[in-house]
Amino acid sequence: MANDGGPTAGERFIRGIIPENPVYRQLLGMCPTLAVTGNLQAAMTMAGATAFVLFCANVLTSLIRGLLKPHLRILVFTLVIATFVTIVDRILQAYLYQMSQQLGPYVPLIIVNCMIISRCEICASKQSVFRAASDAVGVSLGFALALASIAAPRELLGDGALFGFAVMPEAMPQWVIMLLPPGAFITLGLLLGGANWIGQSLNRRKAATE
Amino acid sequence: MELLGEVILIAISAALINNFVLHYFVGICPFLGVSRRVDMAFGMGFAVTFVISVAGLLSWTFTTYILRPGAPLTTWVYRLAVPDTEVVPDLSILNYIVFIFVIASAVQLVEMYVRKFFPKLYKSFGVFLPLITTNCAILFACLEILRNVSGVPRAEAWGVVEALTLSVFAGLGFMLAIVIMAGIREELDSCDVPAPLRGAGITLIVAGLLALAFAGFTRVDQGLANLIR
Repeated sequence: MANDGGPTAGERFIRGIIPENPVYRQLLGMCPTLAVTGNLQAAMTMAGATAFVLFCANVLTSLIRGLLKPHLRILVFTLVIATFVTIVDRILQAYLYQMSQQLGPYVPLIIVNCMIISRCEICASKQSVFRAASDAVGVSLGFALALASIAAPRELLGDGALFGFAVMPEAMPQWVIMLLPPGAFITLGLLLGGANWIGQSLNRRKAATE
Repeated sequence: MELLGEVILIAISAALINNFVLHYFVGICPFLGVSRRVDMAFGMGFAVTFVISVAGLLSWTFTTYILRPGAPLTTWVYRLAVPDTEVVPDLSILNYIVFIFVIASAVQLVEMYVRKFFPKLYKSFGVFLPLITTNCAILFACLEILRNVSGVPRAEAWGVVEALTLSVFAGLGFMLAIVIMAGIREELDSCDVPAPLRGAGITLIVAGLLALAFAGFTRVDQGLANLIR
């Protein structure tokens, strides 16, 4: 059961970051991607919380994979995830109260983040613990990178700052729209287009050299 | 009269001002995935409205009677077990797990009921019904109800009418957004969209413009509140 072919732990780790990036490639986990990327601090807290839940859920699912019944597995995944999300929520409320107020309902919404369920389903319920763990780390890094890539331009243009430190010259007007919901949609749309453009031109170059 | 005014405010705010998709970003997955044709979008919107109402009602009941600190049913059971005590039992640590159970079972119940009594409707729902379990809009509605029941002073806590209004109108707002989106995307099919933006990219940009339009409703609730009072 442990070695059923498929990608090794190292491949899983690398794949999660860019080639199968959860946000840009698979369009998963869109609601935190749009909702908490108004500034980098919130985005990174969210990425950390999601990474913790994903790691724990993947490891636990992998440990109990022999006991899973096919028709109940999604329910079991969701319950495992809900348990870890409750833990994260309590930790955030205890140690980062301001941040947990700012993130509000988006912390409990990690439960229905389809990215985590899809990793449990595709990887953790079929693979050994070590592979599942490295997969979780890779995907979490990819998710954190994606969140940062959306939060950075939004905070820079909307607030003239990065991580709360002002970096833009005073004369630069602040584009408040970037901090509002429309800014989130448009930024992600344009970045997605950019990512596709790079992907397509790389493919074309590859095809030309072959 | 006071209740009526509050209900109208909650309804307008849930459907238009704080539209679930365009303001809170919940339910984005079906919004991007099932908005290719108007009839499918309508089916999805209808299914979500249906489930969100049932789940909202159930989660209000659970929160009020079992989960919130000092809830009557929990206190009663606790007093049976430990007769002389002043401790206020608090089950709020179970909130999320209970909500997920409620949503999953509500979807299951609705699916069974519709399959038994409205086979035609069931066929037209198709794959949408089971997919709704992982729709974050439903959980978000439950969390909003939770916030307004156990996060506020006892006198201001929402009753069942407010909770039901929020769920129904949140569902209708979702339906409105997804149907408008599908209408725009049907027109987009005949447009020359740059290749990298095709699919999700242009959909997100259009959603951004829609969100901009809906941002025009901001503060409408304050005007209405002044009008009612």
